Amino acid sequence: MENLVERMQAGDRRALARLMTLAENESPEVPRIFAALRRAPGRAHRLGVTGPPGAGKSTLVGRLIEALRAAGETVGVLAVDPSSPLSGGALLGDRLRMPVLDDPGVFVRSMASRGTPGGLARHSLDLADLLDAFGRDWILIETVGTGQGELEILNEADTTLVVLHPGTGDTVQALKAGLFEVGDLFAVNKADQIGADSLKAELEWAFRLREDRAAPPVRMTSARENRGVGELLVEVRRIRAAREADGQLGAQRQARLARRLRREVELEFADRLAGDPDWTGLLENLARRVMDLEIDRYAARAELIRRLGKTKGATEA
Amino acid sequence: MKAPIRVLIAKVGLDGHDRGAKVVASALRDAGMEVIYTGLHQSAEQVAATARDEDVDVVGVSSLSGAHMTVLPRVLAALRAAGREDVVLVAGGIIPTDEAQALLEAGVARVFRPGSSTRDIAAFLQEEVARRRGAGAA
Repeated sequence: MENLVERMQAGDRRALARLMTLAENESPEVPRIFAALRRAPGRAHRLGVTGPPGAGKSTLVGRLIEALRAAGETVGVLAVDPSSPLSGGALLGDRLRMPVLDDPGVFVRSMASRGTPGGLARHSLDLADLLDAFGRDWILIETVGTGQGELEILNEADTTLVVLHPGTGDTVQALKAGLFEVGDLFAVNKADQIGADSLKAELEWAFRLREDRAAPPVRMTSARENRGVGELLVEVRRIRAAREADGQLGAQRQARLARRLRREVELEFADRLAGDPDWTGLLENLARRVMDLEIDRYAARAELIRRLGKTKGATEA
Repeated sequence: MKAPIRVLIAKVGLDGHDRGAKVVASALRDAGMEVIYTGLHQSAEQVAATARDEDVDVVGVSSLSGAHMTVLPRVLAALRAAGREDVVLVAGGIIPTDEAQALLEAGVARVFRPGSSTRDIAAFLQEEVARRRGAGAA
């Protein structure tokens, strides 16, 4: 395993790919992998790319890769697609929309969400960390198609780009909570289509109503025709530079790290409980007693919480 | 350790018929595999590079243009060059039996000819990947 880490740090793509699989599959080696990388976390800027299905995220990511490569910067990409809730399988098609680059400066990895809600996979962050340690300048993280409420990308990215396209709803949609609150900048993609101008105008109007923060920039793009991508990248770079200059980035990353740690530990405990036969037995027993009108649901809940406090795992882990 | 089978389905060269590839990709997804589909007109080197970066267990090459005797040996060589000679390489499409035999001898794990059921393809891949993983080929 140490050998894989060293090979990866020396630029071996096969080793990076293997490490990513180990992380994604929750190999028992994972803690040692990240321990070995502690002092060499990387220096990439992480750009999250999110938006509804069909907005053109993958195509736009492909154009951003080209533009960043043209500037001589290296790029790692994580592209997340949904897993089927029925079979657990997934069709990962994001690469299809990206340019076929035989380029050592680009590393694209497809991930299935594997049942994790929120637009990312459970171990997307670990894979991003590996890409970072591999020495990329930029990491682009493309979420599954998202809508109202998938905000996990907030925990991932230094900068979040929301990609929209015309015909996805009126201003009321824009006023709803969700995507419109997480974006540091917005791309109105498919700008050649009818409704693109009015979508941009409606977004800008909706942003002006918000008093708590400055309106995020909105740029028109046509990823397919490669228009507006340079201008979009200028805005991304401007946001990156501003955050790096005012020292926000470090504080932002630390806050994100704390959220991530909390979430990871919560998930770990949820997994342990799900795999604990005593706990499942208690749950089933209490559910039966609620059904039989013996106790009420809140009493059952109190019993579970009491039991949780006594669980050995909760104190020893 | 959870380890879904990862598969790359590829079309190599000028062959422009991808319906079969899409049918197989969907069937393997329904069998619980993670299937990466990269579209038409890939080179053997691109297929091998994708197989390496995506760390797939299986590469499936669909050939309906008659170029399989050129394409598949190239893919095999490119996989070797990319350090992925451990991949299960399977071929599908219009491939005569005598040529299928030659491909098997060259290192293709299995050739699925017209009429193959997607269920058989999934079953073969599950068995073959389990066997190779068990052999410690990781």
